[in-house]
Amino acid sequence: MSYRLGVDVGGTFTDLLLVNESTGQTWTAKVPSTPADQSIGVLNGIARVCERAGIEADKIEHVMHGTTVATNTVLTGTGARCGLVTTKGYRQVMQIARSFVPGGLGGWVIYNKSLPMAPLSCTIEADERVGAKGEIVRALDEQHLRVQLQSLKARNIEALTVSLINAYANDTHERRIRAIAAVELPGIPVSLSSEVVPEMQEYERTVTTVANSYVRPKVQKYVHNLQTKLGQKSKNVKLHILRSDGGLASAKSSEEYPVNLLMSGPAGGVTGALWVAVQAGFPNLLTVDVGGTSTDVALIMNGEPRLRRETTIGDVTVRASSVDIRTVGAGGGSIAHVPELTKALRVGPQSAGADPGPAAYGRGGCEPTVTDANVVLGYLPEMQRLGGDMELNRTLANTAVKKVGDALGKNVKDAALGIYNIVNENMVGALRLVSVEQGHDPRDYALIAFGGAGPLHANALSRLLGSWPSIIPPGPGVLCALGDATTAVRDESSRTFIRKFADTSAKEVHDILSALADDAARALEREKVPRAQMRIGYQVDIRYHGQGLQLTVAVDLKELAKNGLAAVSGPFDAEHKRLFTFVLPLEHEVVNLRAVVQGRGITIDRPALARGGPDPKAAAVGKQKTYMDGRDYMATVYDRAKLKAGNRVAGPAIVMEMDSTTVILPRHHGIVDKAGNILIYPDGNKGRGAASAAPRAKPKASPKAAAKTKAKPKSKPTPKAKVRSKGRK
Amino acid sequence: MSAKIIQRNTKRMKKVKVDSVTIDIIESALRSARYEMDTVLFRTAMSPGIREQHDEFPMIANLEGKMVVGQFGSFINSFIEGYDGTIEEGDIFMTSDPYSVNGAVSHANDWLLLMPVYKGGRLIAWSAMFGHMTDIGGKVPGSLPTDARQIYEEGICVPPIKIYKGGQLQEDVLKVILHNCRLPMWNLSDFNAIVAALKTAGIRCVELSTRFGDDVFYSAMDAMLERNKRAMRELILRTVPEKKQYFEDYVCDDGMGMGPYKIACTMWREGEKCIFDFAGTDPQSVGAINFLLNDEMFKMFAGVYMIMVFDPQILFNDGFYDLMDVRIPAGTLLKPLKPAALSCRTHALGRIFDILGGLLGQGNPAFMCAAGFSDSPHIMYSGYRSTGEWYQLFQIGFGGIPGKPFGDGPDGHSLWPSFTNVPNEFLESYFPLRIETYETIADSGGPGKNRGGNALRVGYRFLEPGEISIHDDRWLTYPWGVNGGLPGTRSRKLLTRADGSEEQIPAKCDRIKVEAGDLLYFDTWGGGGCGDPLEREPERVAFDVDAGLVTVDGARRYGVVVGLDAVVDLAATTALRAKMAKERGAVKLFDRGFESIDELKGRCLAETALPAPRQPKFNRRGKAA
Repeated sequence: MSYRLGVDVGGTFTDLLLVNESTGQTWTAKVPSTPADQSIGVLNGIARVCERAGIEADKIEHVMHGTTVATNTVLTGTGARCGLVTTKGYRQVMQIARSFVPGGLGGWVIYNKSLPMAPLSCTIEADERVGAKGEIVRALDEQHLRVQLQSLKARNIEALTVSLINAYANDTHERRIRAIAAVELPGIPVSLSSEVVPEMQEYERTVTTVANSYVRPKVQKYVHNLQTKLGQKSKNVKLHILRSDGGLASAKSSEEYPVNLLMSGPAGGVTGALWVAVQAGFPNLLTVDVGGTSTDVALIMNGEPRLRRETTIGDVTVRASSVDIRTVGAGGGSIAHVPELTKALRVGPQSAGADPGPAAYGRGGCEPTVTDANVVLGYLPEMQRLGGDMELNRTLANTAVKKVGDALGKNVKDAALGIYNIVNENMVGALRLVSVEQGHDPRDYALIAFGGAGPLHANALSRLLGSWPSIIPPGPGVLCALGDATTAVRDESSRTFIRKFADTSAKEVHDILSALADDAARALEREKVPRAQMRIGYQVDIRYHGQGLQLTVAVDLKELAKNGLAAVSGPFDAEHKRLFTFVLPLEHEVVNLRAVVQGRGITIDRPALARGGPDPKAAAVGKQKTYMDGRDYMATVYDRAKLKAGNRVAGPAIVMEMDSTTVILPRHHGIVDKAGNILIYPDGNKGRGAASAAPRAKPKASPKAAAKTKAKPKSKPTPKAKVRSKGRK
Repeated sequence: MSAKIIQRNTKRMKKVKVDSVTIDIIESALRSARYEMDTVLFRTAMSPGIREQHDEFPMIANLEGKMVVGQFGSFINSFIEGYDGTIEEGDIFMTSDPYSVNGAVSHANDWLLLMPVYKGGRLIAWSAMFGHMTDIGGKVPGSLPTDARQIYEEGICVPPIKIYKGGQLQEDVLKVILHNCRLPMWNLSDFNAIVAALKTAGIRCVELSTRFGDDVFYSAMDAMLERNKRAMRELILRTVPEKKQYFEDYVCDDGMGMGPYKIACTMWREGEKCIFDFAGTDPQSVGAINFLLNDEMFKMFAGVYMIMVFDPQILFNDGFYDLMDVRIPAGTLLKPLKPAALSCRTHALGRIFDILGGLLGQGNPAFMCAAGFSDSPHIMYSGYRSTGEWYQLFQIGFGGIPGKPFGDGPDGHSLWPSFTNVPNEFLESYFPLRIETYETIADSGGPGKNRGGNALRVGYRFLEPGEISIHDDRWLTYPWGVNGGLPGTRSRKLLTRADGSEEQIPAKCDRIKVEAGDLLYFDTWGGGGCGDPLEREPERVAFDVDAGLVTVDGARRYGVVVGLDAVVDLAATTALRAKMAKERGAVKLFDRGFESIDELKGRCLAETALPAPRQPKFNRRGKAA
């Protein structure tokens, strides 16, 4: 009997979900994160969840892990000191970038450009030149390079990037430089642009490769550590890291190409939320993941998360596919403060993090945080034990929040409510970015909240946006881990192959695609996926010769053999016409060839809830004084484990579980569905019903949306695990 | 004459009250529709000028033609007034004649397309966009002949016509136009791309109008215009003094050996109205540097500049146009009379932004930015490959953003919205050239408390024989500094022949022959400095030295003594700064880098290796045709 484990490491908690691969049975655990060395928290969690399941750790075969190590490294600016080698004449490629100034006409007046991740003082030039067709124009001057590399050594660089002009067409010099660097700068990891993103466009290739170098030492150390420690527990275990686009990468590939992990953690959340919501019948969703330091939001339309060809973290944008997630620095640990000058109440982006954490944790924190406000308001009742065993200290929370109250001239309760409202507005700002600002009406979407603190704010957010219902999945804190665990192993192999149709043949394309599929399949075999279980897809990126865009066309190899390259150009022309209303009388050009191989997902058997009547009083465990909408209310407290399907929980109410706490506001109620989700609606109005109302802007009619997904199906989400939910038909 | 709008449904839109959330949603959706127009265009256009550099400008206007989102102002009214015919559902209009639309487009390379958006037989909005065509025929590749004296020499010029009539493309007309262009496939593709973008915007408008109702859609757009007007009224009252402010700047030459040309403007406020009077501007040039400046477009420039400087939160649209009055005397460089040549108007257009900075800043020195990269210089390179294939490159240059109160100007960037450089790897794979150098020039940004951005140096190695054209400026006058900041460096072009001989290339020229192996260094200009360079923190200067953006010698212009190791000698710095401050005296509000035009011309040859331009002669002009 084998098991797989989903692990999500957040800023505050580490969540785990263990699945028995043959029966689908699941167990969860939650332990505090250990920011100094996250692997400690992960191992603590493994011990906990194995104990719950009553198994030995060596039964675990796959560990699927979403990590925020790469993300945090960029956000906190704590990456490696990066050296960069460019072609002579291109030392300032990062400084000049694309010469773009954001913000419209006159935007330059307020634009202050941030410093590049590879400082100019650590950028050197290699005397060499490769031409556009890959020909060597000038051989590499190795002696000159060695001297230059020594100067970088003197500057104590911790990682090296090599990004030469036209290296996408010929990587000889980049590889040679890596060999020389191994001698001159022993122990310094080297990233080559021709390996990280072998595509035309020198700035994009360079910035992506530099970002890879920037996060690499930290990610490498972490993954390596974790792998070693896991190996000590279980000989058979395979570690997989969730990529930004929702796919999985092996531990080795994660160490080498961590730039693909910048959105790893949040992608797990979206995947998990989607899994839960689709089961509940809500394919149109706003996802809200409230963690300790930040909130991640995304929009899912018709069961598909939006994907982007780029990943943006802070003000860094790199060429790596990712789920389109926006992040705002507002979470449970966000610190509230009142600036002397304006006397306005501000919440975040500073955070108390996991250590010392909010004042209420009693670990030495004394700054007022959002969590403290939730304690003061009674939304986090004294009887709640976070993570099952962490006590909340109401007195400490009060003392902390009082500081804000004093500065504002308000009492503690009103100050706490102010903090709660402001942090909600900040989250709504991020939700508007993915909905209204993309032309989507949030009233056509349900809202699903997770992360430890999401359910505390869900009802309030839905009310601000008109997004009903608020969906609170069971075990909402463990959702990311669920997303991790249900992701299928997947790999792809691609090659840039720019050829006009006249200069290639169906046979040549066929052969390359087959070789690529073989490559990817071998990679999956190393991940212990038998070939018989693999699904292989072939894709060709194609355009009109001279055009900038490329569309991705799925290709059937048989079709290609039968109809020749028309099997590619036909669908391309049709798609071009559909998206842009015209075709051009021009020759077609192949750009990239790609094979995508994926293993089977797993079946998860989430326990269905026993059926009960509408009255939830059997689950009531007490009363709690709360302060909602500026009034005192006595809220009923429920134990979520005792709720039954069909229960109707009237607000004001607090629903407690080990993972999290759900707030249901006055004049709202929660319906418990068969899978155990709580669906919150306003009284007397079921809202517009996101489940039935299809969004008005149909995705297929939108050139932008359709083109985006079309142009990049390789980053489509992995197939969802099959579901067997006993309570459902 | 005026166009007749035909509607099946003539029921008038009703002004209704719209809650502010709905306005927000419509506003955001329109803004993203406008960005979607860009996306559709970039993905399907073929000329690098539009596709990579984004030399194009979309907008969405309300049914009365007032721009609600976009950034090149409303020209629809001018168009409706100047068009003698009907406007019907399914029509798309096209023009490239600046004289027919009061300069809404200012040279014939810009193809402007307009589409009335109908829903249920009623006009509900307009979408419009113009983009720069790489070539429209005429006497030189690229269609910007420096020596043109009449617009008829500058390629095909399309008067306002219906290019789609009731949904049907007028293929014969398009055929005639394309037949006159050197790269018809690029024009066709860019044309199709613009049409696709207009239709996308149209679909979005109809969707919004369906979702919220026609009256709400109409009223929300109106509310957006009104919001903007309220905010701008406040801004004008607070920032524009009633006392007259005067500023002048120059276009260095006309490419025919004459210059500089003066652009003069006086600004003041009367009540809530802001007046810009260009009296004192030189008469129109006999050459092609004239810039037919559309009044409304100038209002938009001025409005955007004010918003950016004083309060970037304000949403920008046409709402405030009644609050500005623009007076441009006819027959001047900014309002030339037909058939004056117009193709090389880019320099005067860019200089307008320096004029605005100089005018608005005088009343609010704390908010004043220096002069910057106020142009989009071009290079063209064309000829036949050894294979017999025609190649033709049109590329826009980048330079130093001015130092500004809020920080340094970026190095080698663009002053224009959404412009980006063309990746050099792209250039090398599609044109017979190699970019050997692509870097900014140390010390070229004007020193200041906030430094001007450095100029850009691009080294073009030509791989096939051909011809180049250059369109550049600020080779004679400097990008000025403000509040003690010093000017940035001027531009220059150095052509090194394969045999090692060197020549300085003038700023504006056509048909310079190049051979395989020749190397051109195109140096643009730096941004002016903002604020006293002696007040710049020594560690910021040292940082730039370490980065190679400022040299050890260059650091002394900030009074900072620093070694090659980028370590500051604090004692020496303090002493040097004290000495410099004493010698210099009070800082100047503007530092133009010269005493008078005559003095500047006197040292021109020695400094630039190019002869000083002669005083312009202004021909008697013909009556407007």
